[in-house]
Amino acid sequence: MITLTINGLEVSVEKGTTLLEAAQFLGFPIPTLCHMEGLSPYGACRLCVVEIGEGPKARLVSSCTYPVEEGLKVRTASARVLNARKMVLELLLASCPQSKTIQDLASAHAIRQQRFRQEYEDCILCGRCVRMCAEQMMANAIGFRGRGAKRSLGTPFDAKSEVCRQCGGCIYVCPACELRCTYTEPEKAICGGCANLAPPCVQKDPFDDMMCYMNPCVACEISQES
Amino acid sequence: MSQSLQDTVQQICRDHQNDRGRLMDIVTGVQAKFGYVNQQAIDLIAKSVNAPRVDVESVVSFYAFFSPTPKGKVTIRLCNDIIDRMHGSARSAQAFFDDLGIGFGETTADGMISLESVPCIGLSDQAPAALINDVPVTCLTSDSAHDIVAELKTHMDPQKLVKSFGDGKNSDPLIRSMVRNNIRQPGPIIFSPCVRGEAIKKALSISPAEVIRAIKTARLRGRGGAGFPTGIKWEFCRAAEGDRKYVLCNADEGEPGTFKDRVLLTERADRVFAGMTIAGYALGAEEGILYLRGEYAYLRTYLEDVLTKRRGDGLLGKDILGKKGFNFDIRIQMGAGAYICGEETSLISSCEGLRGDPKNRPPFPAQKGYLGYPSVVNNVETFCCVTKILELGPASFNEHGSAGSSGTKLLSIAGDCTTPGVFEVDFGITLGEVLKLAGAENAIAVQVGGPSGQLVSPKDYGRKICFDDLATGGSIMTFGPGRDVLKIAQCFMEFFIEESCGYCTPCRVGNVLLKERLEQIAAGRGQPSDLDYLQDLGETIKTTSRCGLGQTSPNPILSTLKNFREVYEKLVRPCEDGLLPTFDIHAAIGQAKRITGRESVVFK
Ligand SMILES: Cc1cc2nc3c(=O)[nH]c(=O)nc-3n(C[C@H](O)[C@H](O)[C@H](O)COP(=O)(O)O)c2cc1C
Ligand code: SF4
Ligand code: FES
Ligand code: FES
Repeated sequence: MITLTINGLEVSVEKGTTLLEAAQFLGFPIPTLCHMEGLSPYGACRLCVVEIGEGPKARLVSSCTYPVEEGLKVRTASARVLNARKMVLELLLASCPQSKTIQDLASAHAIRQQRFRQEYEDCILCGRCVRMCAEQMMANAIGFRGRGAKRSLGTPFDAKSEVCRQCGGCIYVCPACELRCTYTEPEKAICGGCANLAPPCVQKDPFDDMMCYMNPCVACEISQES
Repeated sequence: MSQSLQDTVQQICRDHQNDRGRLMDIVTGVQAKFGYVNQQAIDLIAKSVNAPRVDVESVVSFYAFFSPTPKGKVTIRLCNDIIDRMHGSARSAQAFFDDLGIGFGETTADGMISLESVPCIGLSDQAPAALINDVPVTCLTSDSAHDIVAELKTHMDPQKLVKSFGDGKNSDPLIRSMVRNNIRQPGPIIFSPCVRGEAIKKALSISPAEVIRAIKTARLRGRGGAGFPTGIKWEFCRAAEGDRKYVLCNADEGEPGTFKDRVLLTERADRVFAGMTIAGYALGAEEGILYLRGEYAYLRTYLEDVLTKRRGDGLLGKDILGKKGFNFDIRIQMGAGAYICGEETSLISSCEGLRGDPKNRPPFPAQKGYLGYPSVVNNVETFCCVTKILELGPASFNEHGSAGSSGTKLLSIAGDCTTPGVFEVDFGITLGEVLKLAGAENAIAVQVGGPSGQLVSPKDYGRKICFDDLATGGSIMTFGPGRDVLKIAQCFMEFFIEESCGYCTPCRVGNVLLKERLEQIAAGRGQPSDLDYLQDLGETIKTTSRCGLGQTSPNPILSTLKNFREVYEKLVRPCEDGLLPTFDIHAAIGQAKRITGRESVVFK
């Protein structure tokens, strides 16, 4: 067992536990985005940062990847953490302003104004889909290409994958693209239909043909029967 | 499917035992053979090494030297670093554009020559420089660029462009390069003469724990930039549980303006390998890897030869120098154009045949590194120091340097100065003294530690070069009167944006926004509050990024904001009309005007 202090409270947890899990155990909320139970820790969105250490050595680390250490002092909601978290959220909001998940997080963190230029990308490269596909579905159909601002996500050569079983797991775990529905325009990733409150899947009635795993639709919450 | 492609690719895979972990070498081999790694090749590789196709594509698309589409037989890679720009690389570029009829990123219609613009290739002391396939060409002018194209068009053999060789080993039959060493000031430790095999012999005469103690007594700190105490790192690794241990030498030397490792690998390769061997003994490792940046491929054959000779002389291999049971060997792993692979966990990813994305820390490499085994990653110069410490004893090493930073340090100095090159100095020397050595006393600004370091102004020239004051992995870039500090910062931000791996949000998204705002300010469209914006965003990127690249990437802006604030202040102006200068109202209401078919009453 390893004993550490989170926000002044002492807690003993098993070796290998992450700071996130330890904090959740004590009931301290930490927002997460790229983290998902059942998938390997990833540490990309940086929303879950917490402050460790003291004095000039204090620093921010991603709680979803950082393992507990004996005697560590952790602050999950210091001014520094909250400021950093807020700005990371603003950056995420700037890249993906149409994501409901990010909007909700932003609103929960009292972000009322957008300082950054908006991008309208449909992916925040959180990698949940890639890990879902590889770790839970064992398909390895999608992955990352390129680097830096050009880093992107897709199937090899952007062609129809021969190993994809169309389980939909990737879309299911995606925090950014609940709006992604490729039925009407397969060549376009986002149809935007749900955003316009005209869900094409329900209106056009071919719910069954699509074998949509999302029933009810995670975007518009309308189910096939209704 | 082309049969020859299939046969060759499969052969290359077999040459590497169809080992997925050797993906870098396999892809490098295919790229070298065909000039590209296309879909078919990726498919074939994936099948041969039994990896998902997406993993292979992911690797190919990560590294700058791999290309999914055909490149010319010859690729000219012109360095776009700030130093090269200051020395007129634009004129050479123009000559290439004119003679080839193509721009950067393009290939001539006959498929013969490609032109690319790349970050620092480790030749800032001989700028402007370019790599023509593997062959470095230095001190380019408009005329020499014209000549190069004319010659290439006749023989297409880059090696034939080398008319005279540089000094020292650069003329070795296995290197044959025009690169000059420019060793301006050899010092008492790193460049001093050394008896081959002596250090290893001394190390083997004491116990591994005593070797580590010697390194600790010498108070050696890593020369790659971060300055972590080497002895402690080794101790962690030695104590870590693992059936095997690995010694990795970081010869990625990607920090713009650094070129001292290039010179060490050319002139002191034996000393580097001896240091790695000593580390192998101290840690109980049997295998070492030298991670050599793709830009230094021209040194590879030579280095392989040095390794072969060492094996022949009993300095590598089984029972080294007769010590029963001490086996150690070294292989060279080529990089392929990615600055991030100098970060130690990325370097490990790359050695494992993966994308160069850094890994989450902890666990640190000393606990869980290459292939999951405890590993030590050290800089080329660090290993040179190790050899010297074992040969001469820690005391003679400690004689040099300052309290927290013992020994000597190699500096790579380039830019506006009379004698650019490599200088071995004692730690604790002031920046002003350094500038005098290189003939750059009139510098108005000095970038210490490369883009990830800081740009300092003359008021800091009295500060000391050491880990506790002005730290540097070796890069010192000097800027003379008339240079524009915002241009410098802009150039460095471009570098980080290009070289970020794109994994985490702050570094991927934030740096682009930083650079945009900086450009707006430089163009006179900034207002005073933008300086706070830069500061806030920069600090958040620093504190929340996942690896060292992101954690230092805002430094060009943060250090100029601190040391050259007046430059910014002169450019920004409060908005008079109540509109943000960065906001273009006419563009914003353009569509509304078109739809309604009338002008705005307020914004004419
Ligand atoms: C983005 C980035 C690039 C780096 N590039 C290099 C490099 O080219 N060479 C190097 O020795 N260290 C480089 N480092 C530092 C290494 O991560 C590591 O600290 C170093 O190799 C450790 O060796 P040392 O203790 O001997 O300095 C880099 C770090 C970062 C974050
Ligand atoms: S800080 Fe930059 S280089 Fe490092 S992991 Fe994040 S995106 Fe990649
Ligand atoms: S949830 Fe921890 S970095 Fe994304
Ligand atoms: S990978 Fe998660 S949003 Fe795209």
